[in-house]
Amino acid sequence: MSTTVSPLDRVKTGAWNGGKSPFDVEYGKIMMWFFLLSDAFTFSAFLIYYGAQRFSKLTWPDPDLVFQSIPGVADHGYPLVFVGIMTFILIMSSVTMVLAVEAGHRNAKKEVVNWMIWTIVGGLMFLGCQALEWTHLHHEGYWWGSFPASYTGVDTIGALQFANLFFTITGFHGFHVFTGVLINIIILSMTLAGVFEKRGSYLMVEKVGLYWHFVDLVWVFVFTFFYLV
Amino acid sequence: MTKGKIWQVFFYLLGITALEFFIALYLIPKGIVSHGVGNFAYIVLTLVKAFYIVAYFMHLKFEKFAFKTSIVVSLIFIIYFIILMLTEGSYMHLHMN
Repeated sequence: MSTTVSPLDRVKTGAWNGGKSPFDVEYGKIMMWFFLLSDAFTFSAFLIYYGAQRFSKLTWPDPDLVFQSIPGVADHGYPLVFVGIMTFILIMSSVTMVLAVEAGHRNAKKEVVNWMIWTIVGGLMFLGCQALEWTHLHHEGYWWGSFPASYTGVDTIGALQFANLFFTITGFHGFHVFTGVLINIIILSMTLAGVFEKRGSYLMVEKVGLYWHFVDLVWVFVFTFFYLV
Repeated sequence: MTKGKIWQVFFYLLGITALEFFIALYLIPKGIVSHGVGNFAYIVLTLVKAFYIVAYFMHLKFEKFAFKTSIVVSLIFIIYFIILMLTEGSYMHLHMN
């Protein structure tokens, strides 16, 4: 009797032949990625509509003139400084998040707790800055459906769209930061309670990390299209 | 990803942001580059930042090819939408104002 196996009977071991995960990514993480993809479509829709509006209007408020205050320090004359601080805070909190993920790979509970706390602090600081900025703009006369009386004639059309879109888009982003902070707090509590230690894997930290980095990613685009361009 | 790599990516992101500020606060006000060139530079730099965040912080660079493709290829729809809506915006600029 021959012991050779015919090619048809040979067990297939390729990635797409069944029996193993072709993506080699855990289910929940794939779902987080697909959720973020759908969220990217939502944010793109907002930002692209903003672009289309800006393209269609004859005039548009100059960001260097709209955003030139540092709340509590100076009323005008410092374009981009305050938003620069906000951007730095968010990038920094993204870094502390990756450091938490990295600590999770080593199952170092104490370090995960430490970096998660810093991430939450960063998120809260960012939200605080945004609250200050919104308050300042509101005092100047910007809000949904309103803009300062300094805009007259044809300038009012662009100013109205600018005000609406600014509060809608930064508000939607701020809402993401807020939920991100809440989820981070939940994950921090679970880490403290030793849930992941028992489970033997800190994969959940990675999943909320993906969400947190996505929030940072969106801010990079909001920053460019509202404050720079 | 090692701690060294994380901080390296952080400094890239910080450096790119600093470069954007340099363009916005020095090069454009001094008239060294025009607004058009500046805006083009901002968008390119933003995409570079986005690449570093997605590839390294979100770890996509180290996933399987099939997974990377399934995420990245879907973004074609966004590019198509940008082209559509900006064309629409330009049309409205010509015909409504």
